[in-house]
Amino acid sequence: MAMSLIADAFTLVFVAAGIAFFAAGTLGLVRLPQTLSRIHALTKADNVGLALVVLGLLPQAGNIFDAAKMVAIWLLAQLASGAVAQVMAEAVIAEARDGADASPPEESRP
Amino acid sequence: MSLLFDAVLCLLLLLGALGVVATGAARPAVIAFIGYGLLLGLAWVRLDAVDVALTEIAIGSGISGVVLLHCVRALPAPPRAPAAHPMLRPLAAAIAVAIAAALALAVLALPEPAPTRAADVAAALPATDLGNPVTGVLLVFRALDTLLEKVVLFLSLVGVWALSRDPACRGRPAPLSPEPAPAPSAFLARVLAPIGVLVGLYLLWAGADHPGGAFQSGAVLAAMGLLLVMGDQIRVPAAGNRSLRLLMLAGPFGFLAVGFAGWATAGVFLGYPPGAEKAVIIAVEVAITLSIAVTLALIVLGPPADEGRS
Amino acid sequence: MTGALLFGLAGAALVGCGVYGLLTASGALGRILGFNVLGGGVFLIFGAVARRGAAAGFSADPVPQALVITGIVVAFCATALAVALLVRLSTMEARAAPADAGEKET
Repeated sequence: MAMSLIADAFTLVFVAAGIAFFAAGTLGLVRLPQTLSRIHALTKADNVGLALVVLGLLPQAGNIFDAAKMVAIWLLAQLASGAVAQVMAEAVIAEARDGADASPPEESRP
Repeated sequence: MSLLFDAVLCLLLLLGALGVVATGAARPAVIAFIGYGLLLGLAWVRLDAVDVALTEIAIGSGISGVVLLHCVRALPAPPRAPAAHPMLRPLAAAIAVAIAAALALAVLALPEPAPTRAADVAAALPATDLGNPVTGVLLVFRALDTLLEKVVLFLSLVGVWALSRDPACRGRPAPLSPEPAPAPSAFLARVLAPIGVLVGLYLLWAGADHPGGAFQSGAVLAAMGLLLVMGDQIRVPAAGNRSLRLLMLAGPFGFLAVGFAGWATAGVFLGYPPGAEKAVIIAVEVAITLSIAVTLALIVLGPPADEGRS
Repeated sequence: MTGALLFGLAGAALVGCGVYGLLTASGALGRILGFNVLGGGVFLIFGAVARRGAAAGFSADPVPQALVITGIVVAFCATALAVALLVRLSTMEARAAPADAGEKET
């Protein structure tokens, strides 16, 4: 009884903290002015948020396999979001560079 | 409390759908559609239909999303459309509200107690040795639907391939991106693809007794194939490639062959041999999973475009 | 008010959104998206029917669920074919109107 109470309190605290990180990341996505800083806010805050949610849910897992699956989901999401953030950032930089190359002739046109 | 969650989810679904249909620009509309598909997947989880949720997220949101995004890039920016008649939007809104209201009335008038075939499925399921009732319905009780749907998927690929120009029809599809893959894509493909293939095969294996099955597994395998193509790790085989065509046909024709064999072994079309039901069902599932994976990936890659043969 | 009823009503509203999109879209891609939103709403009504049919130890009637899975795949097939036709049509139009293409390309 006491054990399950402690586990529930642990879950509550960590999942709430995780949700706070998600909310911060979403706020960054909506409010920050530049694409690069938006990507930064989203990947950093959401990865920590997901880690906290998974950590909080671990005591609620029925068995070791369910717990391992949740950790695997976190690791895969980490991998995908890191790689996708890099690809998007490269695209943003390339677009800015192409835009800088393309804009002078645009302006010099009569 | 959970009703509150459902209500918020329904509200978000509606906002997502409005975002799809009310956004003028193509790319934001497609991105809203992908988000709408993910929310729909959550709704399916809330309705205790995890098999449908997996299918919706993998196919309805994921692979459809790739197809639609690819289309947005391939299409030229549309010329400024002439202003529609000022009455068009209010009239369309009135028709839409009328249809939604009629459907809502129909939902409210659903008969009580609800008609259900769950008891029939529960009574017949032990004979198939399957634990997942949805897989049972798909592959045993409504096998004809599933067989025809494989044929529809196949015909869809034939339709896409038919759009290639004549000398190119046995070649490779145009690359998804003209530039070489960025380094993180290549890294992601190398690291994620083996894990993803494992997850796909697990979904197929687990589908007999737990949520999962041929479609979900095929969609994950197709996604991994596309990831490898996008990361420049593999080259897309040419449309004329013989083993590719064999893989495409293994599912529909294997299923059809088992169906005809049903007359000999069980006395009915699409019957399974008594005593070996589960083995034959799993064999059919493996064949259709491979075909689904190959067909889905090739549909995304589009019609053959070059003249290369292999 | 149960969850199934709520999702059924949401499905009805989504069908309305899809119809609106189909009627007002300015391009073919918008109509394809509207058709898909509409389909999602129809499937969700099926989901509500399945959930109401929970019996015999199943938390939802498996028959409508299997029909929806088939429906999602068939809707994808139709979408993919429509998109391929649309892309081909636009390349043909670009070639048929070289004056327009010339302005953009060179």
